[in-house]
Amino acid sequence: MSVGHRVTSDDQLARLLQIGIVLEEVVEARAYHHYRSLDADLDEEIETLLSDAAAESAQHRERLEALIEGLGVESVPFDEIESLVEARYGRTQPDDFDGVLYDQLCNEETAYKFYDDLITAIEESDAEFSLDRAELLDTLRTIRQEEADGAREVTEIMERR
Amino acid sequence: MNTAEQYLKAIYVIQQGSDGPAATGAIADALDVSPASANEMIGKLEERGLAEHEKYKGVRLTDDGIVRARDALRTYCIIERFLANVLGVEEFRAEAQELEAVIDGTVADRLDTIIDRRPECPDCFDPETDACACLELTFDRAE
Repeated sequence: MSVGHRVTSDDQLARLLQIGIVLEEVVEARAYHHYRSLDADLDEEIETLLSDAAAESAQHRERLEALIEGLGVESVPFDEIESLVEARYGRTQPDDFDGVLYDQLCNEETAYKFYDDLITAIEESDAEFSLDRAELLDTLRTIRQEEADGAREVTEIMERR
Repeated sequence: MNTAEQYLKAIYVIQQGSDGPAATGAIADALDVSPASANEMIGKLEERGLAEHEKYKGVRLTDDGIVRARDALRTYCIIERFLANVLGVEEFRAEAQELEAVIDGTVADRLDTIIDRRPECPDCFDPETDACACLELTFDRAE
């Protein structure tokens, strides 16, 4: 075991970025499954929310992939994650619109927490990465802001309903 | 997982193994920190009502401390399983130790939706191997 909160190497940073990609893939795949599972009785507002969330996650994934490419590490194939989400979705599936919204809120808040912790861990480290540090932090802060905006959007819809 | 949780996890594992209080030296060894650092954190855990320090005997977690320690252990098991079974990382133990301080419990919960964790977790944790005893290792996925 070790004690510390800092990212200390390219390898560790690459692994954390891979985890970020997986989190985005989970959001994307779950949003798609939610959408499909509620197909019989669609709500336009939720439909738009899920479709925007999936598109935003795909965009975040591409930005993270560009970063890990700079570290010489492979991404995590989306179809692999989608099949894992598929395999376990039945056990964690929300059963109504409120459940879908709550699940989406968890997605956004979890992603926000992940990027927030990652940014802090990079800021607290004096390690030299192969990536441009300013560019790395700028990308992660932008994604974190979009996750915060996403969480606020879901909360507003939940409050209106 | 913050530093306090890493201590709680270490104390819990030692406490379970010895069926009694965890010696400060054993905690320091497990976390690879100095006894002075371990004593400082143990003091903080006591202030928060998570542990009780008995002079010459060692540290014992309170009920609240045990709940937090088990949550931390669960998070660690999720990270190990995720690294081993989803990303196919052969050095999953070493990497989980590095990453546990940066991966929060809420993030681990999300990763948990795509791994196949046993209901007995975290009781399946084996301190000898520092891994889940039910972990099936298949490194057929590309890293």
